[in-house]
Amino acid sequence: MADSTTNQPSRTRDLDKLLLRPGNLVAPIFDPGAQLRDDIGEYARILVVGAGGLGCELLKDLALSGFKNLEVIDMDRIEVTNLNRQFLFRLEDVGKPKAEVAAKRVMERVSGVNIVPHFCRIEDKEIEFYNDFSIIVLGLDSIEARSYINAVACSFLEYDSNDNPIEETVKPMVDGGTEGFKGHARIIMPGSTPCFECTIWLFPPQVKFPLCTLAETPRTPAHCIEYAHLIKWDEVHSGKSFDPDEPEHMKWVYTEAVKRAELFGIQGVTYSLTQGVVKNIIPAIASTNAIVSAACALETLKLVSGCSKTLSNYLTYNGVEGLHVKVTEFVRDKDCLVCGPGVLVELDTTVTLQKFIDILEEHPTLLLSKASVTHRGKNLYMQAPPVLEEMTRSNLKLPLFELMGKVSKDVVHVTGSTTKNDQKTSCLRKLRIAFKGVDGMTDTDMAGGA
Amino acid sequence: MDFFISYILHIADISELNLPKSCAITFPNGKDDLMYFEVSIRPDEGYYSGGNFLFSFQVSPIYPHEAPKVKCKTKVYHPNIDLEGNVCLNILREDWKPVLNINTIIYGLYHLFTEPNSEDPLNHDAAAVLRDNPKLFESNVRRAMTGGYVGQNFFPRCI
Repeated sequence: MADSTTNQPSRTRDLDKLLLRPGNLVAPIFDPGAQLRDDIGEYARILVVGAGGLGCELLKDLALSGFKNLEVIDMDRIEVTNLNRQFLFRLEDVGKPKAEVAAKRVMERVSGVNIVPHFCRIEDKEIEFYNDFSIIVLGLDSIEARSYINAVACSFLEYDSNDNPIEETVKPMVDGGTEGFKGHARIIMPGSTPCFECTIWLFPPQVKFPLCTLAETPRTPAHCIEYAHLIKWDEVHSGKSFDPDEPEHMKWVYTEAVKRAELFGIQGVTYSLTQGVVKNIIPAIASTNAIVSAACALETLKLVSGCSKTLSNYLTYNGVEGLHVKVTEFVRDKDCLVCGPGVLVELDTTVTLQKFIDILEEHPTLLLSKASVTHRGKNLYMQAPPVLEEMTRSNLKLPLFELMGKVSKDVVHVTGSTTKNDQKTSCLRKLRIAFKGVDGMTDTDMAGGA
Repeated sequence: MDFFISYILHIADISELNLPKSCAITFPNGKDDLMYFEVSIRPDEGYYSGGNFLFSFQVSPIYPHEAPKVKCKTKVYHPNIDLEGNVCLNILREDWKPVLNINTIIYGLYHLFTEPNSEDPLNHDAAAVLRDNPKLFESNVRRAMTGGYVGQNFFPRCI
């Protein structure tokens, strides 16, 4: 029953207008025809990160755009307050994992699509999990999660010896985000368009109230809530940490905030405001999610098919007063520690860490003295403070090749000081280390060994 | 943790720490978790001279976009630090900027001990005493640091 409806003309009518006909604004890879449409269904593998307000929209939009192999990852369970906009969920779903319910609902409604849910944290997956997808689409609400996925996607990127990105290693991301009536959609092609870290300054700093204001002179409902959350909680629950996802904890904070507000004659503390303040949530608007998701799904389709030029590279939507949409072309930070090529350093496998640090000092483009070296979150050597120097000193006599897990090439980060115009300045650099004579090792060996 | 750029930025910070000689840093979780660390501050002037105060630092996965979470682990009689260890220091909250770093915070904390102020109180009683009766404040601080009661509250010795 499901299959007989898959290829009904009505179902793909609009998609066919994009995919079956040639055009003037298409990408060089565009090869119009039914084959292209079928290939998208068969070969494109899309990961949707987040199954919340944006995620629900994205799964629906991507499924209706002809993608048939979707996966979705989300660690959250459905809450009753999600139901106004996360339209794939029903009252009886409250408490169930978002990813699982969202996948099931879309599969029920859109025949022929397969969605694999992953109910876990994004950090729980092996890095290689993310390499399996053609495109990663992000429907997230935190900087932290975006920063993580961005770093993972950029870690697949390799550069050739001329510092040009190697096409097969580019993992495109399409990132959507909404906050009330505002939203953005962007395309990140690591190595050619700015990555998330290149433009992290786009995110405004979070509003934080001074603790003494909370303790002494509260004036707003938010002050009362933050007092209960940051000060009163510790006073009463010594040692037990507050968990914003624990409803009992949230209710406790709400009750305390109400007491505090009464004491100071402040109106307006509600449970949903408490959740909003504590979790830093701005009320979500269903239509903003729909608009941003539509832009993201369309860009995903364009990236895969080449049926039109892609967004270059950052769209902002603002529906606060009237409606404003603008596309801005941001530029890469060529020295970005995450997506930049860094400096290529070729070494023999016998070079010790000490020798490596000496080499950096004489390296013509680096001239980096007193380097501290880290590799994938491990501190190979720290010049300071003394307590860390002591802990890492024994590594100095070991070959770097061994310290890096015997991979043929990988990235390390070094900090140290360099002399510019007779002035010593500290600097942090990304280096691509390539070991001579171990090219026989394949990339899969490298990923497995890292 | 390895995939957070914050980790690398923080390590760069740590490797360039330039602490006052009365401060010391330790990493209770070993060399591969530098995102949590402790700093002891031993003021050599002012009301708190000779005391030893331990602070815990938890660095955010989006550091330096967000300030580290800092708590005072030593129970202290101080107008700007409450009995749970919350610290009222502007650069830890409302005035944090990504250009600031761990070094700035440590100097800020050190400054709190040499210049406690009654205008940003977290410990209301201590602030009132400092404002109204600095002599009494001084003796209260001494009593707390040598181990004893100030009002209802007992302070373990930290000197």
